[in-house]
Amino acid sequence: MGYIIEMLNITKDFPGIRANDNVTLQVEERSIHALLGENGAGKSTLMSILFGLYKAEQGSIRIRGKEVSIEDPNVATSLGIGMVHQHFKLVQNFTVTENIVLGSEPRKGILLDTRSAEKKVESISKLYGLAVDPRAKIEDISVGMQQRVEILKMLYRDAEILIFDEPTAVLTPQEIHELMQIMRRLVEEGKTIVLITHKLKEIKAVADRCTVLRRGRCVGTVPVASTTEEQMAEMMVGREVNFHVEKGAAAPKDVLLRIRDLDVKNSKGLLGVKKLSLEVRAGEILGLCGIDGNGQTELIQAITGLAKAESGHIFLREKEITNLPIRERLDLGLGHIPEDRHRHGLVLDFNLDENLVLHNYMQRPFASWGVLNKKAIKDNAARLIEEFDVRSGQGAATPARSMSGGNQQKAIVAREIDRSPDVFIVAQPTRGLDVGAIEYIHKRIVAERDKGKAILLASLELDEIMDVSDRIAVIHEGEIVGIVQAAQTDENELGLMMSGSLRKTPKGGQA
Amino acid sequence: MTKRREKILLPLLAVLLGFILGSLIVIATGRSPVAMFAAMVKGFSGLDIINDVPWNTRYIGEFVINAMPIILTGLAFAFASRTGLFSIGAEGQLMVGSLAATAVALLVQAPRFIHLPLVLMASILAGALWGAVPGFLKARFNVHEVTVSIMMNYIALHLNNFVILNIFGSQDKVKTAFFPETALLKSPFLQSITRGSRLNWGFIPVILALVVFSFIINKTTFGYSLRAVGYNKDASRYAGMKVNRNIVLSMMIAGAFAGLAGSVITVGTFNFGRAMSAAEGYGFDGIAVALVGGNEASGILFAGMLFGMLKSAQPLMQSQGIPREIAGIIQASIVLFVAMRYGIKMLLERFKKQQAVTADGDRA
Ligand SMILES: Nc1ncnc2c1ncn2[C@@H]1O[C@H](COP(=O)(O)OP(=O)(O)OP(=O)(O)O)[C@@H](O)[C@H]1O
Ligand SMILES: [Mg+2]
Repeated sequence: MGYIIEMLNITKDFPGIRANDNVTLQVEERSIHALLGENGAGKSTLMSILFGLYKAEQGSIRIRGKEVSIEDPNVATSLGIGMVHQHFKLVQNFTVTENIVLGSEPRKGILLDTRSAEKKVESISKLYGLAVDPRAKIEDISVGMQQRVEILKMLYRDAEILIFDEPTAVLTPQEIHELMQIMRRLVEEGKTIVLITHKLKEIKAVADRCTVLRRGRCVGTVPVASTTEEQMAEMMVGREVNFHVEKGAAAPKDVLLRIRDLDVKNSKGLLGVKKLSLEVRAGEILGLCGIDGNGQTELIQAITGLAKAESGHIFLREKEITNLPIRERLDLGLGHIPEDRHRHGLVLDFNLDENLVLHNYMQRPFASWGVLNKKAIKDNAARLIEEFDVRSGQGAATPARSMSGGNQQKAIVAREIDRSPDVFIVAQPTRGLDVGAIEYIHKRIVAERDKGKAILLASLELDEIMDVSDRIAVIHEGEIVGIVQAAQTDENELGLMMSGSLRKTPKGGQA
Repeated sequence: MTKRREKILLPLLAVLLGFILGSLIVIATGRSPVAMFAAMVKGFSGLDIINDVPWNTRYIGEFVINAMPIILTGLAFAFASRTGLFSIGAEGQLMVGSLAATAVALLVQAPRFIHLPLVLMASILAGALWGAVPGFLKARFNVHEVTVSIMMNYIALHLNNFVILNIFGSQDKVKTAFFPETALLKSPFLQSITRGSRLNWGFIPVILALVVFSFIINKTTFGYSLRAVGYNKDASRYAGMKVNRNIVLSMMIAGAFAGLAGSVITVGTFNFGRAMSAAEGYGFDGIAVALVGGNEASGILFAGMLFGMLKSAQPLMQSQGIPREIAGIIQASIVLFVAMRYGIKMLLERFKKQQAVTADGDRA
């Protein structure tokens, strides 16, 4: 089997940083090749070069043995290269079919030939087991289906080489499972896949070979079958990584967050959270787990003030915050790592230092008498960058938009943990982070717990929930169907509860 | 290309392209572009580079007069833009500013150091009030600010005309009586050094406005939150900012700049209130100025002077037999090229890439 892709000695510079430094990547035909590396190691950059979005300063690319110059994505498409980006690029109010054919629409005269487009989409989706509703609008379908649309988009253009940039970061475990199957099917049909992911399990599950990058350099390429997860992690971080969270027993004290009979509507106008009651105590981490779309988002948004509560009560300590403005909730000691980093977490057009004072910009030392103190804002950024190892080209002055996905996430987490709020709502904190960063963030969350803060942790990663939480509340169709001790449960029990087939009333009688 | 350099370079390139296009059209009409450029140079400096006539500083004064109001309306548009709002209400805000200035100029009697500031303040407040309406409707009911601004422009025009004709109206029905000297920005000294131009102290509030704009946007916490709201409303809300309050305040401050333009014209350039048959286009010129100036105070100053110069050059061009519309075409094409800056940037980058490739070839 020959190499279908050869990227030889690629070097790419961005302001202040060499994103790829003499990187060589060789991918065998009809295989799944994983690309692993820390946040900011240059994975997305390397693939963007292959897809014609960036031009390398040095190096050459050979596709099927022939040297090529990939000037732009159109050239990549004509070479049979397709890419699903870390952040999807779909038109929200177009239908699935319209999005798939966009740019290469079949025509009847001057009209769009919707019927034959739909037919072709249908036949491809059958062939690879990619179930989509061709007439649904993008804004109405799940993230998993949006991703299948992105995949169909590539296949519709007859792509032979498929690049997936962190496809599983936003998927539920079930959807991840399906995606793995789809990828295997694609390879059976003769496609070649490059897969970027931080989840070593996934690499073990589907990939044939794995290339590891560290700080822009190529560390090596290994066969996956004969390499352990620990070895891969060590190659990428340069030290041993502890996959298990080290923590002592929790010492819960007073109830800091109390939710009583809460009703919250979802985006469709239906009740996403129904009569929900929950308590989080000082000095404990309460994990919130459930299948995506079962009311976690609505619950969190109601607590933090981003969504309105229809009825019910939310108390922070003794103070009712149900209808308070967000500013006042923050001042009372509420903190929030939002699940959608681009929508809520960052102002992408601000620099990193400005983003790191998003809540506190008007407080001393960042401002006095309404005038910003740029020096203090810079110093604050420098400190957090150092502490949380946020990597970027120009340090505090880096535009947030140009940072790698994982480092954007690290910046948000750094900002929120540093505020050290009494009641800390943490949603998907490690989405898109590398194993080393995950280890560190978990440590910091546990440290907050030990300082006596109340933490509500929502995550779609069962491992994370089980490792970090002290107690776990399972949410199903907007209701808490059970609360269990993390140490006394397992994936199986949680799975049954998440699907609604098992209910467990916690000690004390309230549900 | 760094961001900063790009921000300066691309508009300059757009200006250059605009002038090239203008020259080509002049050539196509069978005239000399040299005459056009001579008219432009004279338009802002008073220097005649073709004929041997003495330096006429009057042109400098008139050029500044042309630039002042559109710098202010440019600031108005840019300020709202920074909060993510598209305000085309400067025209109407300017008109109510002008009306308020007229009222205070005619009704109040006071020494100049009180009267004149009162006149300016009145116009600023009136403009702010006019801006508050679309701001409030946007924040409260999510009515689009463009729709409301357009209607407010018409209301301002007819309100102005009604008041001027029916309340302050003088004999000829379209002008009010002359204002007392205490209400005017007029300066005999400035007039004398510019050979009797209408140049007046108006440039001082204009410079102050530029400084205030830049200070608020770049240096204050308020400016920080306005920019945050402009870039990402959801994140601003998440961070506890009062998004709706910021929208109203931003529209008010934008209105204040435009309102000030009203008094700078009414008690500076003129010395009487006027009824108008239609809007005079300062508002739309302001949009162009803000676009070319990149919504930044220094850029707006530059763009305002550029367009002020083009305005001044129009009559001169006509006297050279060059259609005055050419100036308008140049202005429009500069705006167009600025709007196309991403395309231009791509071309530039492709050009640079090719150069890099040939350079590589040379080395090999
Ligand atoms: N458009 C850009 N402009 C400037 N710098 C950039 C740009 N894109 C990436 N970088 C920088 O290049 C480096 C590599 O980024 P890249 O996105 O390739 O990382 P990554 O390996 O995909 O990381 P992650 O796992 O966090 O997604 C980062 O330091 C980033 O700040
Ligand atoms: Mg990436």
